[in-house]
Amino acid sequence: MFSTVRERVGEVLLPGDEFSFEAEEKISLTAPVKSEKVVCGPGLRRCGDRLVVFKSGVLRHKEPNVFWIDSQQRRYVPAKGESIIGIVTAKSGDVFKVDFGGSEQASLSYLTFEGATKRNRPNVQVGDLVFAQFLIANKDMEPELVCIDSSGRANGMGVFGAGGLLFRVSLGLVRRLLAPHSDIRSDLEQLFPCELVVGMNGRIWVKSATVQQTLIIANLLQSAETMTAQQRQQLFRKVQQGAF
Amino acid sequence: QRSSNELYLRCQEFGCEQSLLSRPDGSASFVQGDTSVMAGVYGPAEVKVSKEIYDRATLEVLVQPKVGLPSVRERSQEQCVRETCEASLLLTLHPRSSLTLILQVLHDDGSLLSCCLNAACMALMDAGLPMSCLFCGVTCAISTDGQIITDPTAAQEKESRALMTFAIDSAKHSVLMSSTKGSFSVHELQQCIAVSQKASEKIFQFYRDSVKRRYSKSL
Repeated sequence: MFSTVRERVGEVLLPGDEFSFEAEEKISLTAPVKSEKVVCGPGLRRCGDRLVVFKSGVLRHKEPNVFWIDSQQRRYVPAKGESIIGIVTAKSGDVFKVDFGGSEQASLSYLTFEGATKRNRPNVQVGDLVFAQFLIANKDMEPELVCIDSSGRANGMGVFGAGGLLFRVSLGLVRRLLAPHSDIRSDLEQLFPCELVVGMNGRIWVKSATVQQTLIIANLLQSAETMTAQQRQQLFRKVQQGAF
Repeated sequence: QRSSNELYLRCQEFGCEQSLLSRPDGSASFVQGDTSVMAGVYGPAEVKVSKEIYDRATLEVLVQPKVGLPSVRERSQEQCVRETCEASLLLTLHPRSSLTLILQVLHDDGSLLSCCLNAACMALMDAGLPMSCLFCGVTCAISTDGQIITDPTAAQEKESRALMTFAIDSAKHSVLMSSTKGSFSVHELQQCIAVSQKASEKIFQFYRDSVKRRYSKSL
């Protein structure tokens, strides 16, 4: 089955497409048999002894045996370990309720900030932006966020300062920005200095020296979603030449 | 004069566009001849406690007619679309969430229910909701002299003695939903189902081509 899946890497697949063991696959009785392992990522699931696609998108592969469907989506579904930008909507007792754009609000305990104790509470108000990561995120339980990593340090997470602009983009653009050698990020670095926080729930926060530069960067990122690489580089060059 | 077994899809004029609306999580518009429907999907989103189901998502379908307020006819169309969607969506992956599907009729020239089903399937795919299989809608009309016409226009529907709409799934080509009106024999029903299953293959191939075109920019 590994070879049939490997063949179709790079193709566009639709929900309902499936991969199954062929009847002609023979197991040799004399030679040693290598056990095949196929790791399914997002978009693929196991149904009995078949592998079924349940989202439309492009089939991608990473060595040695990881396959997933790269799909374009706007709605975020929480997953453990992902860091997101959330908006604090309520303070109830010891817990903040944070809206991250999912089907329910996540809870963020005040003790999960760096250096927070029962006497030393963090300075978080309703309406603040927080950069946090999911500790618990499955379909059956209420999601929980934390602002520290496993060693107890903030590592860039926590409440945002004043200023800046928050806007929404699609999840595909966010993944392209966070990829290791992202060309959108390298194009952006050549423009003007700015502070950029990218949340995996499709929210981006930008802060630059002037309000105008902030707005230019926000507009560029929102329009980069639907452009090919060449169109994007042309646009960035035009902005650089006409930059204030 | 056509024989009753010949397959004729109206002008093969299918048109479809995805992600055309900026607010919904998924949107699509489907055009069959002169009939055109636009669909928008929101979800998985927050659900009211009175409507939540503990182990599945709650699916709501709204059909808005071109003129006037929704009436009983739209309610029955909504039920047909909702039953088809619930059969093919993996609702157990999003318990206690709501999925809302809104269908706006832009122009009705016959075969409206099947156009709604096709637009709904494309919008659900565009929103990235998990589906176990795709579905499509095919309408058949039986004329007074016994001919089977697929995708009838409004004029052909008026003169027919029976009108049937079937929702066919992509995995086993089985019938997910059927809505019929008029008088016909059991044999004619079975013939219409066979004709619809054959027509559904063309529609699924059209879905595949549309989605390939959409992802061609990022490939």
